[in-house]
Amino acid sequence: MTDHTANTRDIHAVVQARLESRYRAETRFRSYGIGAVLISFLILLTLLGSIIAQGMPAFTAHELTLEVELDRELIDPLGDESENSLRQGSFSRVLQNAMREQFPEVRDRRELRSLFQLYTPLNAPRLMNEVIEDRGLIGQRYRFRMPISDEMDLYLKGMLIDESRVSVIGALDITLSGDVAELRASEPAFDGVLADIRAVLQSEADGLAARAQGLQLQADREGGQDADANRQRADVLLARSEAYRTRAAAPDGLVVLDDTLPSLIVEAGGGAMRVTTLSADGRSATADIIVSLETSDRIENWAIQVLETPADRRRASDQQIAWTRALEARGAVTQGFNGYLFSNADSREPELAGVRGAFLGSVLTMLITMLLSVPIGVATAIYLEEFARKNTFTDLIEVNINNLAAVPSIIYGLLGLAVFINVFGMPRSSPLLAGVVLSLMTLPTMIIATRAALKAVPPSIRDAALGIGASKTQTVFHHVLPLAAPGILTGSIIGLARALGETAPLLMIGMVAFIADAPSLSPEGLTEPATTMSVQIYLWYDAAERAFESRTAAAIMILLVMMIGFNALAIFLRRKFDRKW
Amino acid sequence: MKGVPLDQDAITADTDTKIKARNVNVYYDDNHALVNVSLDIPDRSVTAFIGPSGCGKSTFLRCLNRMNDTIEGARVDGSLIMEGEEINDPHLDPVVLRARVGMVFQKPNPFPKSIFDNVAYGPRIHGLAQSAEELEAIVEQSLRKAGLWDEVADRLQDPGTSLSGGQQQRLVIARAIAVNPEVILMDEPCSALDPIATARIEELIDELRENYTIIIVTHSMQQAARVSQQTAFFHLGELVEYGPTENIFTNPQDQRTQDYVMGRFG
Ligand SMILES: Nc1ncnc2c1ncn2[C@@H]1O[C@H](COP(=O)(O)OP(=O)(O)OP(=O)(O)O)[C@@H](O)[C@H]1O
Ligand SMILES: [Mg+2]
Repeated sequence: MTDHTANTRDIHAVVQARLESRYRAETRFRSYGIGAVLISFLILLTLLGSIIAQGMPAFTAHELTLEVELDRELIDPLGDESENSLRQGSFSRVLQNAMREQFPEVRDRRELRSLFQLYTPLNAPRLMNEVIEDRGLIGQRYRFRMPISDEMDLYLKGMLIDESRVSVIGALDITLSGDVAELRASEPAFDGVLADIRAVLQSEADGLAARAQGLQLQADREGGQDADANRQRADVLLARSEAYRTRAAAPDGLVVLDDTLPSLIVEAGGGAMRVTTLSADGRSATADIIVSLETSDRIENWAIQVLETPADRRRASDQQIAWTRALEARGAVTQGFNGYLFSNADSREPELAGVRGAFLGSVLTMLITMLLSVPIGVATAIYLEEFARKNTFTDLIEVNINNLAAVPSIIYGLLGLAVFINVFGMPRSSPLLAGVVLSLMTLPTMIIATRAALKAVPPSIRDAALGIGASKTQTVFHHVLPLAAPGILTGSIIGLARALGETAPLLMIGMVAFIADAPSLSPEGLTEPATTMSVQIYLWYDAAERAFESRTAAAIMILLVMMIGFNALAIFLRRKFDRKW
Repeated sequence: MKGVPLDQDAITADTDTKIKARNVNVYYDDNHALVNVSLDIPDRSVTAFIGPSGCGKSTFLRCLNRMNDTIEGARVDGSLIMEGEEINDPHLDPVVLRARVGMVFQKPNPFPKSIFDNVAYGPRIHGLAQSAEELEAIVEQSLRKAGLWDEVADRLQDPGTSLSGGQQQRLVIARAIAVNPEVILMDEPCSALDPIATARIEELIDELRENYTIIIVTHSMQQAARVSQQTAFFHLGELVEYGPTENIFTNPQDQRTQDYVMGRFG
């Protein structure tokens, strides 16, 4: 008895000792788990955050609203208001005239071309279509809305260049002589910007001098033939450095601005001028007129806009920026929701590019994929799991299905190219072909998921049904399938979601072609060339224009929303089927 | 002693034989699970199968409604005659057989459907009811016979899985009765139940005996003694002894039977 209690106490002690380490292990494991969850959550958050941060600007756009004169002679050359006639009309001239109306002071051909670059010429056919829709517009003045050029849109969003506005005190006297203006401020209003410009010149000079010194040192150290060349280059650099220093010091009392320096735009009296020289006293300047002034009296209310990025390091010129700002001040440029992103198909011009074509392409492709892979996959899985006898043949099939699930998706694209296009002659780049290829790709996953769902149904349910005389088929369809349905659905939808995001095989079957029309949601649409969301993202990512950067991220966001929609549907259906019990 | 030790006429004389088994062997791949079993099961009575775990009771039970067909690698030979028909006849449709020979499993396995649908499922697939009223009548009758009606009458649309273990077991008995079988096989129907629920099922078995042939597998000697008229003792795949329950428990002929019923092994 005593023996026994001693023994129990021993066991207690042993268990107690082990208990602590067991708890420690448990705590450790739990913290690993929490850590893993946190890390993946952080990664996800960073990923989503960066995509959203990059993509959000694409959801707004700046639009240009112009009063266009739909001059009958220009747009209706045949004079019969027929579509044929309108199609020969010169709508680009109409747009150009509207722009010239805004800035009559622009006469130089090069400047005009630069002015017309504030919008893409593709807007002319858009205007034409609007007139074709509504012939009543012919001969009228019409407020036409179009997206401003991608470059200017980026500028207005603050994504193109660094700029700042300097607040000024005092009044400004302007003396006009042709296109040039003499500016004289009542206070040293230019002091601040002058100091900045001088600092830039100074640092430029310092940089050149340092490079010259480096070359000289190198020459002294190494000697030989290279040394002479280096000394010569050093002398050139030194001379340039000296030139900058002189410009900064401004012995003649004038600092000259050029394309390598920040640009200064003076906004006054409803006009805009680009400063060309600044006087060293910070009170006066000369400037080129960009937008004509309404008054040239003493102006109390004026501002200096500093475009920090020098003109030679940006594509948008000082004029274009000044014009855009002027249009904005006149209320012709407004920021709003970027409807083009949703209503348009792809376009070479970022401001007109949208995902509608890719979205519809994805919808059609998914439709085909779903119609093919779900019934075939589920039927195959049911047969293999519930009816097929186990033998070498079915084993072989099973091994192959598992192998197929691991085949890289691009191989399915090659298969599509080699068999469906070359042998069966299916139309290239079509949603039909994409759907067939993607359903081949998803089938193995679908089969495996369905079989897993069927396997998870407790055998006792099968026994119960068979035990009261249900046939094999009745057992499967009345009892096993309803119980496996949530799992099958989840598996199918995950398979489809994967297909939705798939790109590689689609590249192989020619979905990368640039397609400017959205496919029609009809049987014909299935065989017309199309693209999908995933491929659209790939194409935009590759595009040269910077404005496509945010559109790429926006397209990713839209695709993610589609995926989330898919998964929400899976969860919803799952709940619905599960809720019964 | 081997094979069938008792004078079979003693059992078959006063009642009709429902099922006549002769030299039944069952193999699971290479495992010879049941060796040369021959016995006669009388109509409208309760026959208990007892024996240590793994001796082949369930296996033999499953032969009687061909549930072994569903097991990969299972092979049955020998002859099993029910009312002059060979159960193992490949031409006999197991679906028809199972409508005549119902089964209740060790673990209650109601369908995840309503109580009503659980009971109605059999009559529906076999087309036993011409109308909705008739189906309702069958369901009520079956639930009454299974002694569950009073407890579930007002919640027939609740899921069958929401019942207690004992209620679920009675529900599956009602489900088996609903197709009006001739034979009901029960594989340890009380093993998951408390004594009160067990008592209810035993009562039920006793009542059902009037209309059905019942074969029950049990690990409880007392239960076998209480509910059965005949008892068969299996050991290592062999039928060791078969006879009136009284004889098996009070006067076993075989040493192994004696050891088992005395609780010396098993
Ligand atoms: N599905 C199966 N596949 C392979 N072997 C099986 C299968 N079912 C039973 N066996 C084997 O057949 C033999 C008899 O099993 P059975 O289930 O008939 O025993 P039992 O008497 O019902 O035991 P218990 O009282 O534990 O239920 C055992 O050796 C077992 O391993
Ligand atoms: Mg058993």
